[in-house]
Amino acid sequence: MNYIDTSLKVVGTRPIRPDGVDKVTGRAVFAADTRAAGMLWGKVLRSPHAHARIVSIDTSKAEALAGVHAVVTAADFPEIVSEEAFVGEGPMNFRDLSMNCMARGKALYEGHALAAVAATTQEIADRALALIDVQYDVLPHVIDVEAAMADDAPVLHDDLFTAGVDPAPTKPSNVAKVVTFRKGDAEAGFAEADVIVEGRYTTQPVHQAYIEPHACMATYAPDGQVSIHSSSQGHFMVRAYTAKLLGLNLSNIRVNPAEIGGGFGGKTLVYLEPVAVALSRKCGRTVKMQMTREEVFRASGPTSGAAMEIKIGAKKDGTIVAAKQILKYQAGAFPGSPIGPGCMCGFAMYDLPNVDVVGYDVVSNRPKVAAYRAPGAPITSFAVECALDDLALKLDLDPLTLREKNAAKNGTKTHYGPTHHNIGFTAVLDAVKAHPHWKSPVKEGQGRGLACGFWFNIGGESSAQVHVNEDGTVTAATGSPDIGGSRASIGMMVAEVLGVPPTTVRTIVADTASIGFTFLTGGSRVTFATGMAATQAAEKVVEDLKRRAAQTWEIPVEAVEWKDGKAYPAGSNAGAFEPLDLATLALKSPRTGGPIIAEVSVNAQGAGPGFGAHICDVSVDRETGQVTIERYTAVQDVGKAIHPSYVEGQIQGGAAQGIGWALNEEYIYNDKGQMENPGFLDYRVPVASDVPMIEAVLVEVPNPRHPFGARGVGEVPIIPPMAAIGNAIRRAAGVRMHDLPMSPPKLRAALDAASG
Amino acid sequence: MSGLSYAAPTSVDEAVKLLAGASGLAKVLSGGTDLLVQMRSGRVKPDLIVDTKKIPGLIGIREENGSYVIGAATPGAMVEAHAGMKAAWPGVVEALDLIGSTQIQGRCTLAGNLCNASPAADSVPALFAAGATAVIVGGKGRREVPVEQVPVGPGRTSLGKDEFILEFRLPPRPARSSDAYLRFIPRTEMDIAVVGCGISVTLDDKGVCTTARVALGAVAPTVVLVPDAAQALVGHKLDADTLAKLDAAAQAAAKPINDKRGTIEYRVKVAGVLARRVAAIAFDRAQGFVNGKAH
Ligand SMILES: Cc1cc2nc3c(=O)[nH]c(=O)nc-3n(C[C@H](O)[C@H](O)[C@H](O)COP(=O)(O)OP(=O)(O)OC[C@H]3O[C@@H](n4cnc5c(N)ncnc54)[C@H](O)[C@@H]3O)c2cc1C
Repeated sequence: MNYIDTSLKVVGTRPIRPDGVDKVTGRAVFAADTRAAGMLWGKVLRSPHAHARIVSIDTSKAEALAGVHAVVTAADFPEIVSEEAFVGEGPMNFRDLSMNCMARGKALYEGHALAAVAATTQEIADRALALIDVQYDVLPHVIDVEAAMADDAPVLHDDLFTAGVDPAPTKPSNVAKVVTFRKGDAEAGFAEADVIVEGRYTTQPVHQAYIEPHACMATYAPDGQVSIHSSSQGHFMVRAYTAKLLGLNLSNIRVNPAEIGGGFGGKTLVYLEPVAVALSRKCGRTVKMQMTREEVFRASGPTSGAAMEIKIGAKKDGTIVAAKQILKYQAGAFPGSPIGPGCMCGFAMYDLPNVDVVGYDVVSNRPKVAAYRAPGAPITSFAVECALDDLALKLDLDPLTLREKNAAKNGTKTHYGPTHHNIGFTAVLDAVKAHPHWKSPVKEGQGRGLACGFWFNIGGESSAQVHVNEDGTVTAATGSPDIGGSRASIGMMVAEVLGVPPTTVRTIVADTASIGFTFLTGGSRVTFATGMAATQAAEKVVEDLKRRAAQTWEIPVEAVEWKDGKAYPAGSNAGAFEPLDLATLALKSPRTGGPIIAEVSVNAQGAGPGFGAHICDVSVDRETGQVTIERYTAVQDVGKAIHPSYVEGQIQGGAAQGIGWALNEEYIYNDKGQMENPGFLDYRVPVASDVPMIEAVLVEVPNPRHPFGARGVGEVPIIPPMAAIGNAIRRAAGVRMHDLPMSPPKLRAALDAASG
Repeated sequence: MSGLSYAAPTSVDEAVKLLAGASGLAKVLSGGTDLLVQMRSGRVKPDLIVDTKKIPGLIGIREENGSYVIGAATPGAMVEAHAGMKAAWPGVVEALDLIGSTQIQGRCTLAGNLCNASPAADSVPALFAAGATAVIVGGKGRREVPVEQVPVGPGRTSLGKDEFILEFRLPPRPARSSDAYLRFIPRTEMDIAVVGCGISVTLDDKGVCTTARVALGAVAPTVVLVPDAAQALVGHKLDADTLAKLDAAAQAAAKPINDKRGTIEYRVKVAGVLARRVAAIAFDRAQGFVNGKAH
């Protein structure tokens, strides 16, 4: 059923978050809170070198230390053949993941795991690590993406030959692949242009900076049954990767999802779980592992940094006639940057006749990148949206007018193939135009920036169960870890369908053995796909309840109507019966067919893409180069806000992370390729007082493929901030910042350079 | 496994004896907001910790002949709440108050900030500018030294193994005197100074500076006093020419390094910028204009 044009009682309201009390009182159980009798502590020995051949690893002294129960190295993991994995978010290869969890042959970045120990205490584990003797043959390393592409760069993988070029190369290199997207004829388009803007932009890798470091606890029982408690964005993902990396059957692994303290894409792959299971398999005891913040920085994946070139040509009236982009994305130590979405998203918002995009996926000696909100899109959009601002300045056009002129609409064919349907970009731009922030004059000494963002959103496989308990209350179970308030929104959709208050529906996240397969929480898919499964399960329950009422009243089921949580006779012809509510029907269930439950699994299609536009006012301290965000408004098409507070929270959180990306976050490496700032003192995410109140403006252009019209909302808001801030700085201070982060020293240097 | 002993003596003598008699590394503990963090990270591995907080007088602020005496272990929050200190030494108070968060303020101390001997310590430029002295006790008795003689390099002090700071003394305040402290950090809080600057001045009734002390943080291996910058102020009102000379003197004195927190070029420029801004606040305050806190 589709509820888009019906009047809704629950969806769209703001009930209290069901998991809120546990979280604010500290009772919620995160992976690091788990304990078991006889539990050991697992710790990882990591490479101090950015690039080194591992000559030998001697673990004998560590094994001999009292209190040490197991030591593992790559020798304890099966060697896996190269195979594309479709388990996480973004490209991954099982063999690469295995070698990322435990280095084989070579250490490819500082922090790369070489061995792990399990011991009775953390102190003993630390001492055991110090007793492991690793002999290295230190190799030249390369950190920067363009340096890694150079002919004479140290090559990370002897067997990596650039894919996507013809003829296929005969020499290995650090360029994993080249991708191209072409529409029309860009060169012909530029020939027609009245004005052309060009630019070279760079972005830094940035970490998701989830507050909870990776943690897990695993037991390999003598009968081969494995149980894992861990914090991740998908316990089915953890199960799949662990099984593959250790050669186990899925049915022998049960993964319990712990509460998750942030992921943002960074917990869509595994680091510790296969290692903990391998340690437990070796000693038969439960093994707990948790990373320190330093390990999170040195060994887990940020998103790519990039170097980009962009060129846009337009007519005098602002009509864009050609656009070209070259994108070089860092993949980290193994192939698989989000170069694909990078090539697609930057220009996806605009109706462009001629487009030419070339992207490079490049490995270098840094941690393998992981997904981070709208993987790839914020990077390309920084270049595109800054270039568009330059174009607006050059044409003396209002930046909003320029976007309106070229905005993608229903029926616009993208340069990467698909045609847009049911999109809300123009509605977003209309909302910008009407907003008091956009209409207000820019304050003296400040500058105002505008930038837009696009993300596909995804659907995919989800399972949900709805149980009516014996007293008529409801339990909804899904396989989706709750990262952004999905327990609330799933419960609300179920409550809406059943016609009951949301407080009577308890939503839980079920483990891998207790619910059907569910793809991970990522791609802004849960409210869309799992929401669809839960809605359909609730509808099945309603059908069942109607059947039970019909049976009780001895009338045909077509003559029963479900309204406000009760079964009614559909009209006077159906008979005069007192309505039956959920509690009554639940009580009678033993006599009407037994327990009332439905499970639905879907492979949801038709996730509607999301569009956003951010307005940002900044002031610049010209003497220190410090930027203050004075006002920030984020407008987004969210389809339908199921729980508006959590939608606003997603938008505010994405914008806040974008502010950090724009202004201060960066990895600082020394000349040995070691990270110098693996902590929150010097890896500067914004603190609360850096971020102004971010006003989230919800535009609702319903997605017809979802029962309530929902679109994913979690990723779009991190796309526009970097360019919105860059454009605001350009207008406040007169300088175009091409390189992220736009930190005080860089801005002061740019101001000094501009004033000669 | 090596052991760690902890003692909380209740007299100076007892504390000195413990320090003198310690085999291995002994560390004095005030608030612990540096020491415990360093121990957790494995950077410091003491064999003995001597907690000073139980020694009478180590926590508290008193007035003696028109000058303030601050016990070495007095937490930031207590200093911030002291009306007299705030009126006489707003720069020292605001510098100490910049340290960390509300939680840190409940513990952090001037002594710890000074003896941790970081060139970026926030309260130290303000203490240098104030002309504060430290009363040091040890096996050889008691001595009083200007604070600028305590830190000698990053993480190093001039204190002997059996010595510790008992209290700080701030000089009596003539009329039309005040001070100020500002630091530059890339964020708005919870960060470490890229440059810090403390200035204390006394003016005559025409607003002309009669005495001045200027100190810079994070631009050299220790916090430094900058006599040339002070000299640029003495005998002048805070006009454009004076500000330019102050800026130049501060820049000339800045000898920073390139590190993850800032480049040489940037730090030198910001040293000049901060000196001008801090002088403006200190002059305003000395003339009775009301100013907010530095953050
Ligand atoms: C989250 C956080 C934020 C911080 N922010 C800032 C900041 O913004 N600015 C800043 O400057 N600092 C900051 N710090 C560092 C620290 O809080 C300060 O340096 C503080 O003043 C240290 O005081 P303490 O009493 O806690 O020192 P402790 O940790 O007790 O001691 C520090 C050092 O001084 C020695 N010592 C202590 N007392 C004496 C004494 N009486 N005599 C001789 N030696 C002594 C100790 O042996 C040790 O070596 C921060 C720390 C944290 C954890």
